[in-house]
Amino acid sequence: MKAVRSMVLVSGDPTSLERGAQEVYHRLQEEVRQSGLSGDISLALVGDLGRSDIAPSVIVYPEAVIYGPVALSNVHYLVDEHLNKGRIAVDLQTPIHNLAGHSAWLSRRKGTLPAEQRIVLERVGKINPEDIQDYILYDGYRALGKAVIEMTPAEVIALIDRSGLKGRGGAGFPTGLKWRFVSRAGGSVKYAICNADESEPGTFKDRLILEGDPHSIIEAITIAGYAIGASEGYIYVRGEYRLAQQRLATAITQAHEMGFLGKNIFGTQFSFEIRVHSGAGAYICGEETALIESIEGKRGEPRSRPPYPTTHGLWGKPTLVNNVETLANIPAILRNGPDWFQRFGTKTSPGTKVFTILGNVNTTGVIEVPMGITLREVITIYGKGMKNNATFKLAQTGGSSGSVIPASLQDTPMDFDSYLRAGVSLGSGALLICDEDTCVVDLAKALINFFRRESCGKCNPCRIGTLRAYEILSRISEGVGSLKDLDTLQMICENLYQLSNCGLGQTSGTGTRDILTHFRAEVEAHIRLKVCPAGVCSMSGRWTASQANG
Amino acid sequence: MQENQPVEKTTAVVEAALQHHGTNRDELIPILNEINQQIGYLPAASLEKVSQALRIPKSQLFSSATFYRMLSITPRGRHVIQFCESAPCHVEGGRQVWHTILDELGILPGETSKDGRWTLETTSCLGICGVGPVLLVDEDIYGNVRPEQVAEILARYA
Ligand SMILES: Cc1cc2nc3c(=O)[nH]c(=O)nc-3n(C[C@H](O)[C@H](O)[C@H](O)COP(=O)(O)O)c2cc1C
Ligand code: SF4
Ligand code: FES
Repeated sequence: MKAVRSMVLVSGDPTSLERGAQEVYHRLQEEVRQSGLSGDISLALVGDLGRSDIAPSVIVYPEAVIYGPVALSNVHYLVDEHLNKGRIAVDLQTPIHNLAGHSAWLSRRKGTLPAEQRIVLERVGKINPEDIQDYILYDGYRALGKAVIEMTPAEVIALIDRSGLKGRGGAGFPTGLKWRFVSRAGGSVKYAICNADESEPGTFKDRLILEGDPHSIIEAITIAGYAIGASEGYIYVRGEYRLAQQRLATAITQAHEMGFLGKNIFGTQFSFEIRVHSGAGAYICGEETALIESIEGKRGEPRSRPPYPTTHGLWGKPTLVNNVETLANIPAILRNGPDWFQRFGTKTSPGTKVFTILGNVNTTGVIEVPMGITLREVITIYGKGMKNNATFKLAQTGGSSGSVIPASLQDTPMDFDSYLRAGVSLGSGALLICDEDTCVVDLAKALINFFRRESCGKCNPCRIGTLRAYEILSRISEGVGSLKDLDTLQMICENLYQLSNCGLGQTSGTGTRDILTHFRAEVEAHIRLKVCPAGVCSMSGRWTASQANG
Repeated sequence: MQENQPVEKTTAVVEAALQHHGTNRDELIPILNEINQQIGYLPAASLEKVSQALRIPKSQLFSSATFYRMLSITPRGRHVIQFCESAPCHVEGGRQVWHTILDELGILPGETSKDGRWTLETTSCLGICGVGPVLLVDEDIYGNVRPEQVAEILARYA
């Protein structure tokens, strides 16, 4: 890293951009130049700094002072006070111990104060994502060096296995085991793919990692490639994530220049190349076999399984597919060892989980917490309570394929196993918190509408089932539903689950089914009494079939 | 509407895209993405050229090109509005905003206005629900949109 006196980071997440972060960044550039400080200060517009509550925010290192919200009119003062005179610009400063929307680590013991520790979001917001030197300064590429120089591929896999890491892409499959499957599959050509198609409604954790710490993903895929015996990797990035794609491309070029990618990495026999592949707008391409079809240039329709990608993946070769967040754990596990990783979270679900908190809470944002935290803790500690002191009614987890969690499950630890036992799903880590003003029929309709849109249409139960379910829910919300409709709805959900070809169809009825289980009376009120207790549905009785196509 | 794209422009855009990505089959979607971004949709002539260059039958190309939301084989309006209709935005007040947009534009989702100014599309979560409800006009993101802001936002686009 250049010998700079201060490093100034401006938050560049959508909230901040919306509130003028770009302009603040340009004004900072100008002020710094005018003060003759250009050589001493490194300035960067980065991703999410974890403080959406004070966006746009500015952090000055090495002091780690957080300022926000910073307006154009504050920039001169900030530069003059802090960068010129070396004093903290107190008027703009935000207290550090405000945990809202922050990434934090809670110790496993209940009742202790959270001590901060991030794993996957560790560098996000701290480093300039477009400068490999920053990444290296924060232990970057050390894990890769350790793997390829000191360890055999089998040892790398064994270590990941012992860490107990489970996939963060939704299914929670043990990562070490998956790597072993691919490494044992026959043939000399194999592929390692990072699934960065993140499109689960309410989920944007992968974007933060890609935008804020792209090198960690480059390093992790290269390690994975070494472990499974692949020499080519892909990062399949959602089409809309342009910034992430650019940052990854920059990171790949820089890694090449430094010899962390390409031929004979770290002077060993191991060579590896990575390509960034852009999606084109289709949620189903997050499903791993659809993703593979899409890389091959086809429609993103899921394949029938078995065979699984671990033996028959891209171009029919053994292929590893891992989620961004899963991979982001890899370098840290290699550096610190599996025992270190096991210290976080629960016994069967070690590590942290990144959640996005949305909906009717005071503070929305992203947190990284150990597996096993409860919904109540999330709402009160991080969400800073319900908005307008409203009563919590339900939460919807894991994007649209997640479950609807009623208040009675607020204290169930959020880890893969506890949730499985309670019959709910953790999914992709989105938590949509809803208060009493949310109508469950309206919510179910919005959820199923998503699947109706995104169904790839390959198999009938899903293509037709999601449409029928949407029509029924529309009728109910217009006050023209019948009780028989509810039986049909229940049956459709069951069929979706049993008969669909892939996870999209199988999980598409989950939200509706949960709502019928926990909130049936409210749904029936729409039918029997023709009222919407939450006052959301219009009950105008105008429903027509053409609306279903809207 | 950008109908009748000059053939020269299409040719130039396609050639640039082929230059960037090469002609391997796995570059098909990235190539189509680039052409669509440059021209606004995929003119028939462009599909023809890509089909020849990558040696992929046109039927297969067509089946891929019609699958993805970000690709269009018909011309679109000068400005494309994408409104997020996923649950998080919906719960945060998206429903009211949506009705306002429909009233303002007088077209249905999937349609292009007669004067070629607007194409209205709904979309699934754009990954920016921290500031929902979210509206995208071309490449510009509007977050925390309230119904009374809609008219003013739309007026910015001629
Ligand atoms: C409809 C559907 C959408 C999916 N979308 C994603 C996604 O956007 N990102 C992701 O990592 N996994 C997604 N998955 C899960 C992948 O199929 C796969 O399980 C995952 O990428 C494996 O990575 P992991 O083992 O690291 O979790 C999706 C699955 C289904 C059925
Ligand atoms: S379940 Fe739905 S998304 Fe999956 S293959 Fe069938 S139609 Fe396509
Ligand atoms: S739900 Fe609208 S952007 Fe995510």
